[in-house]
Amino acid sequence: MSVAETRTERSAGWNRPPAVEPEGEGELLEVAMGPHHPSTHGVFRMDVSLDGERVVRLKPVFGYLHRNHEKIAEGVAYLASMPYTDRLDYFCSLTNNWAYALAVEKLAGQEVPARAEYIRVILAELTRIQNHASTIGFLLQEMGASGTPLMYAFREREKILDLFESLTGSRMMCNYMRFGGCRVDLSSAWIEATKKVVAGLPAFVDEFEALLTGNEILMARCQGVGVLKPDLAVNAGISGPMLRASGVNYDLRKVDHYGIYDRFQFRVPLGDHGDIYDRYMVRVLEMRESIGILNQALQDIPLGPIMDAKAKLRGFRPKPGEAYGRIEAPKGELGFYLISDGGPNPYRYRVRPPSLINLTVLEDMCLGHNVADVVLIFGSVDIVLGEVDR
Amino acid sequence: MKTVEEIKAAIEAAVPGAGVTVVLNPSPSAQHSLRLEPAHALAVAAFLRDDPELAFDYLSNVTGVDWLDKEIAEKVKVTRQVTKTVDGPEGTKLEQVVDEIVEETRKHVEPGSLEAVYHLYSVALRHGPLVLRMRTVNRTDKVELPSLTPVWRAAELQEREVFDLYGIVFTGHPDLRRILMWDEFKDYPMRKDYVEPDDYEYEPTAHDAVLKRAQEHRSREQGSRD
Repeated sequence: MSVAETRTERSAGWNRPPAVEPEGEGELLEVAMGPHHPSTHGVFRMDVSLDGERVVRLKPVFGYLHRNHEKIAEGVAYLASMPYTDRLDYFCSLTNNWAYALAVEKLAGQEVPARAEYIRVILAELTRIQNHASTIGFLLQEMGASGTPLMYAFREREKILDLFESLTGSRMMCNYMRFGGCRVDLSSAWIEATKKVVAGLPAFVDEFEALLTGNEILMARCQGVGVLKPDLAVNAGISGPMLRASGVNYDLRKVDHYGIYDRFQFRVPLGDHGDIYDRYMVRVLEMRESIGILNQALQDIPLGPIMDAKAKLRGFRPKPGEAYGRIEAPKGELGFYLISDGGPNPYRYRVRPPSLINLTVLEDMCLGHNVADVVLIFGSVDIVLGEVDR
Repeated sequence: MKTVEEIKAAIEAAVPGAGVTVVLNPSPSAQHSLRLEPAHALAVAAFLRDDPELAFDYLSNVTGVDWLDKEIAEKVKVTRQVTKTVDGPEGTKLEQVVDEIVEETRKHVEPGSLEAVYHLYSVALRHGPLVLRMRTVNRTDKVELPSLTPVWRAAELQEREVFDLYGIVFTGHPDLRRILMWDEFKDYPMRKDYVEPDDYEYEPTAHDAVLKRAQEHRSREQGSRD
């Protein structure tokens, strides 16, 4: 997007959802989709007003899973929140760990050894692949392809979770990263096993695409549905595959140069139309790029320490100040904002949840579409309620 | 990216009387911030978004911070006149006024406030972050701040969350309701002086402190019933 485009004068309220007038006569039907609707991936509610089948108003309702993660984290030491970050987006615990560790490292000015950076990249890209595969599986499940695509995705996810389990001791709640490094080192056997799994992934993506990409039903239901314009996407703080599907080239791995992503060759897939199909396609292409990054990282990983020698695990008290650290999590920009007052606990601990903020434009995307499309549009956003409600 | 001082100068050239102050961040992250006057915040925000050299078109993060009233004790040296009895000539006593320097501790209370923090980035120019802050007058009755949702839609749900958990009222927000807590909820849980309800865990649990509170709660309730 060019600078000139962002500058163009716009009418007031251009970034608000448009008013949709009901056609014909008769009353509107109010439907509460959720909190127990099977498509809501947990407990989430959409209060929808329907004119026949057409959506004329949609209000998301949050908070069913709220446990005030931030308040809890302000009452305990910095490291004690690390296992709790696993529970934010429970599909991607390792990237949550990384985002939190990155923010604390910025706050305390810690360095991370090269081997630990490689381990982080490997784990983050494995997480991205299993997250995108599951998301597409769930999307197809909601489209009526009961079971098959989801089971194909979960078969592959299972192999990746086995790797996580053998390394960290847990399949989903990994609690693996530390401020200034990682908790345990990789064995050469683990690297060999990972190489084997990664070698099998391109065949899986090919198989997935052969089933789905040219599928007539998928194209009919997804193309031109739930369109999000790039200028609104940027203004509404949308991030991750959803932003890039709208054609905005903004991948934090390229923009922020965090970790060691500068060392790897990879491309940033972009969409043209910003519809559900583009979001599907961007995720498939991102899986392929992640496989490329994994091959490079597994090839180049150096030997060496996995923890910063100066890192303090006990009695960790960063100097007063604040820091905001963010990474490209599979669902979008995951950020942590920390204020230290010099004590053992953070004075302020804030999670910037991509799942919640990506729902800002849910109403804009759904207005005027049929109620059956709401399920798909919502599924294409890719959220986890543990992160939305915190 | 320009430094915060340069951005401050650019803002003051574009929005006269904006009253921007630089807040330095001593941590190694060196993410310094700008404190805005609430009265001019919307104009400053629109300028930051639309200026071609700054182009902060992406609002990443909005959050609140609670700063409690701070009691500051200062040691001040004060000169006081003290009357002393001094031995005079030939065994008499004389009274004399002497200046004496005494150290006194004086306490004054710095009023607390609620603060909203905004993290801006530029997608077009790929720079950032720029941190903006605004403070309310106090923590009790003057808690209004202007909403930046008209400039960046990204603030919509996040400002609702700050309203819900901190109690900052964002004027000009299109849909300011509670978001994570239920509508009937009264307090603001993220404030530092928030007191948890004592019937949090009504069932007796293995934790002694919780068990004790639950018993106290139950006996109080039974007492009021009798």
